[in-house]
Amino acid sequence: MTAVLLIGLVALPFLASLAVVCLGELSRRAAGWSAGAAMLAGLVILAVLAPPVFAGETLVVTVPWLPAWGLDLALRLDGLGLLFVLLIDGIGMLIVLYAYYYMPDDDRLGRFFLYLLLFAGGMLGVVLAENLLLMLLFWEVTSLTSFLLIAYKYKDKEARIAGRMALAVTGAGGLALLAGVLLLGQMAGSYTLTDVLARGDIIRSDARYPIMLVLVLIGAFTKSAQFPFHFWLPNAMAAPTPVSAYLHSATMVKAGVFLLARLYPALSGTDLWFYILTSVGAVTFILGAYKALLRHDFKGLLAYSTISHLGLITLLLGLSTPLSPVAAIFHIINHAVFKASLFMVAGIVDHETGTRDMRRLSGLRRSMPETTTLAVLATGAMAGVPFLNGFLSKEMFFAATVAMSGTMSWLMPTVATVGGVLAVAYSARFIYDVFLRPLSTEMPREPHEPPRFMRVPVEILVAIVVAVGLFPQFFVRSLLEVASSAVLGGPVPTLDLAIWHGFNMPVIMSIVALGGGLFYFSRRETVFSVADRLGGGVNSRVAFERSYNMMVMGARAGQALLDARSLRQMLVLFLLFLLMLGSWAWLSAGGSVWGPLSGSGAGLAEALAAGGLVLAVGAVVVLHRRRLEAVIGLSVIGLIVSLVFVRLAAPDLALTQLSVEVVSIILLLLAMRWLPPEAAAETGALEAREGRRRVFDAGLALTVGAGAAALVFAMVTRPFETISAWHIANSVPGGGGANIVNVILVDFRGFDTMGEIAVLAMAALGVQALLGGLRLPLPSGRFDGRASGARRDMAPVMLAMMVQPLLPLLLAVAAFIFLRGHQLPGGGFVAGLILAVALLLQFMGNGLAVTDARLKLDFARILGLGLGLCVLTGVVPWLFGRPFLTSAHSHVGPVELASAMAFDAGIMMVVAASMVLTLTGFGRLAATDADNPAAAG
Amino acid sequence: MAMLLALMIGALVAGGVWLLLRPRSWSVVLGVTLLGYAVNLIILSAGRIDRRVPPISGGENLADPLPQALVLTAIVIGLGMTAFLVALALRGLAALGSDRLGEGPVDTLSADDEDDDGDGEGTKGA
Repeated sequence: MTAVLLIGLVALPFLASLAVVCLGELSRRAAGWSAGAAMLAGLVILAVLAPPVFAGETLVVTVPWLPAWGLDLALRLDGLGLLFVLLIDGIGMLIVLYAYYYMPDDDRLGRFFLYLLLFAGGMLGVVLAENLLLMLLFWEVTSLTSFLLIAYKYKDKEARIAGRMALAVTGAGGLALLAGVLLLGQMAGSYTLTDVLARGDIIRSDARYPIMLVLVLIGAFTKSAQFPFHFWLPNAMAAPTPVSAYLHSATMVKAGVFLLARLYPALSGTDLWFYILTSVGAVTFILGAYKALLRHDFKGLLAYSTISHLGLITLLLGLSTPLSPVAAIFHIINHAVFKASLFMVAGIVDHETGTRDMRRLSGLRRSMPETTTLAVLATGAMAGVPFLNGFLSKEMFFAATVAMSGTMSWLMPTVATVGGVLAVAYSARFIYDVFLRPLSTEMPREPHEPPRFMRVPVEILVAIVVAVGLFPQFFVRSLLEVASSAVLGGPVPTLDLAIWHGFNMPVIMSIVALGGGLFYFSRRETVFSVADRLGGGVNSRVAFERSYNMMVMGARAGQALLDARSLRQMLVLFLLFLLMLGSWAWLSAGGSVWGPLSGSGAGLAEALAAGGLVLAVGAVVVLHRRRLEAVIGLSVIGLIVSLVFVRLAAPDLALTQLSVEVVSIILLLLAMRWLPPEAAAETGALEAREGRRRVFDAGLALTVGAGAAALVFAMVTRPFETISAWHIANSVPGGGGANIVNVILVDFRGFDTMGEIAVLAMAALGVQALLGGLRLPLPSGRFDGRASGARRDMAPVMLAMMVQPLLPLLLAVAAFIFLRGHQLPGGGFVAGLILAVALLLQFMGNGLAVTDARLKLDFARILGLGLGLCVLTGVVPWLFGRPFLTSAHSHVGPVELASAMAFDAGIMMVVAASMVLTLTGFGRLAATDADNPAAAG
Repeated sequence: MAMLLALMIGALVAGGVWLLLRPRSWSVVLGVTLLGYAVNLIILSAGRIDRRVPPISGGENLADPLPQALVLTAIVIGLGMTAFLVALALRGLAALGSDRLGEGPVDTLSADDEDDDGDGEGTKGA
């Protein structure tokens, strides 16, 4: 039961996303309800699962998939996971409600909620994964879906650039994390989180620890917008505000710090961890807070504030005092709650006034009194004002910095106080500029309170802000304890969650921060002008775009270097590489070409055939410009290859090769009609170049040929153990056929064959597509020496007379070959080819138009029917509870019938139809009028 | 026989490779066909060549049926692929007025040189 619920918790948003897509088309309201229901259902499941987790248990579910590679569907729910599920589903539900009112009425919301739910599912997967590789997979899901969400208004160029930037940064971080996690898994000897967390000592003492740590941290820092990867987050404000409220306060950006907290028992406790996290965290904390004040766009202010708070959390996780991770978790909760509500307030203001520029906004307290109250409370929490939740975690932060020793004992408290001052200043600006100043007339719209239900989510969140701020012991203690114990991997130090701890250092720091912040804010004009004079420094977006374009150009240059858009060049590179690999394998094996087997002897016939083949190949090579002669040479080669098949005891192959030869020669002749009988020789510079290349190409061709010959010789003179014994033994009892090759094709390996005839069908349809509507000029010279006007001639009378009696004969032969195929050489492939030849002869003898009219067959449909028949014979066994393509067979009188024959019939239909389609396609090329072009073949 | 088989396959591969490297689409078609023969023979000979009885159930010392089954479909698919290649070549001929496989100074590609066929065969001409 637990297993089902836990998997359901992750699967729910993904399943609901399907419903949302379908319902979104019908009604906006239905999409909203189903998205909200998915979030609510997640909360209900969480409520069911929560009691044992609060009792200290860790719920784990493992569904093995590839245990040998450490790939399992493994989920776990512990305190940390529980906290995050609460944030994801709880705030997610509020976001759904909020977005329903925020998004424009003409947006059907199907696409929006689809992305949002997929994202929520990805986040849930990240926080619930027990297997690290599974977590990576969901990590990527969040990167991809956040890209889709940020670029939701895809018609807006800014949104597209912002989405691409977020994807590039978090995606690159994801790659680093992949490498880091693979290393971590190797070091720990397991990808299971429980094992990894228990082996912290082994991991920390491993020589690869620094590399692994840096890679994992890059992953976490990119996701959580830590310096120097922070720049994507302010740009991501191009996203619709509900997305920012969800992704950029409570979930996506928290995934990075979640990862740090998750791996805390395994990775923390080293100097490297301490220095990287504290320095990156401190820089991000101060930089974000400083930049937040400078932004005139209040969403930008909130974005930089988020960066700053994430820096604070990173810093806390780095400090590694007994209490600092607890403070980090506490701040994760508090920040999620007040920042989500602030983003929602920002959205309301934007929605009601039409601008986000704080220089144009003012005095909203008059027209939006309730929103103003909510905003003041949430902002107070952000600034760390007493009696609100942000104050408590900030006090814990101050206390943790005070507890440091050495140089850090003065540095960290200073950093904390400076950050606090800046936070108060930007919070004050947000409230003062937007709500308090005298009313201005610059706003695009007359502001008024938003719809009732748009404010409800904000009210709920602010209620939590106040409740936690006033009664932390009652509202948050147990959640905080259970989450912290998961991070610490053990008991939690006693928490003193009170508003007043007596007059101590943190209280002084808070007072300094509040007073200093207000003073700093009062001098903001000076700050702005100084910042203006310093210049913004490098514009991160421009720098990113520039480096992005440079990388694209670099990739293009690299590609151009390797690929001159020349088939020959690619082939030469490929063949040289092949030769290199082959020689390397051969030299490193140190073996000779000669194997122990002597092979069977060869008589005069074999020697003659081989000589004939080599001569024919030579003729084709020498005469390849003279097309007709080359095709004749090709047919000689094909016939000799058929004979080789006979010699090598492969009668089925010989039959197939012979039939294929007939069809392919007709095909080549049909195509040749459009080419001059002799290819023009190269002239001028090309002739010289061609001359040089011939020498090189001949050398390369001979080397590759010699390599292939050596390979074959080495192979056939070495013994091997065939895997065919099973096929030979089971052919009659299992497949009901004595012709083992045919039984393999239609029964044992029927699924392969199905794929192969599908390829054949695709090739035939591809030829149709390529030749459709193609018009070719006739070449000047003609093989038969006649002027091009002569192509109106009908086929020779003899041929026209002969093909009619031939049809029933050939059909009989095809039927015979087909029916005997299961027991003796033959079968669907050969029969199909013979059938094709029979039909093609009709086309050639009587002309396309006449034959079309007589046959009235749609070969494309026959192609589909054949494929359908094959699939059907595969599916029918399911009805009897047997696996796909199981064959049945029985005797009817003297004849052995097998269900695989139906499959073989499907093959025959596909083969015949493909061939007829293809060749008539080539034949129809000439049909500029009611001509009979096929006769030319 | 092993020696003769190796000789035949070597000749087919060498001829096929040489034709593939020629700058005209027709010779590429010929080259692919030759290579097709060679590859089919190589796969077949992986079942060794010393067993002389066709794989019909009941006999002794049967030839290995598995490579035969693989090659049988390969022969037919090879024909389909040849047809596709020829169609591409003709399409290229119609589009470019030449069967030359382009590179080099004479046949610089035009600006809108997006191949509409993924293979790129036959469309890279002057």
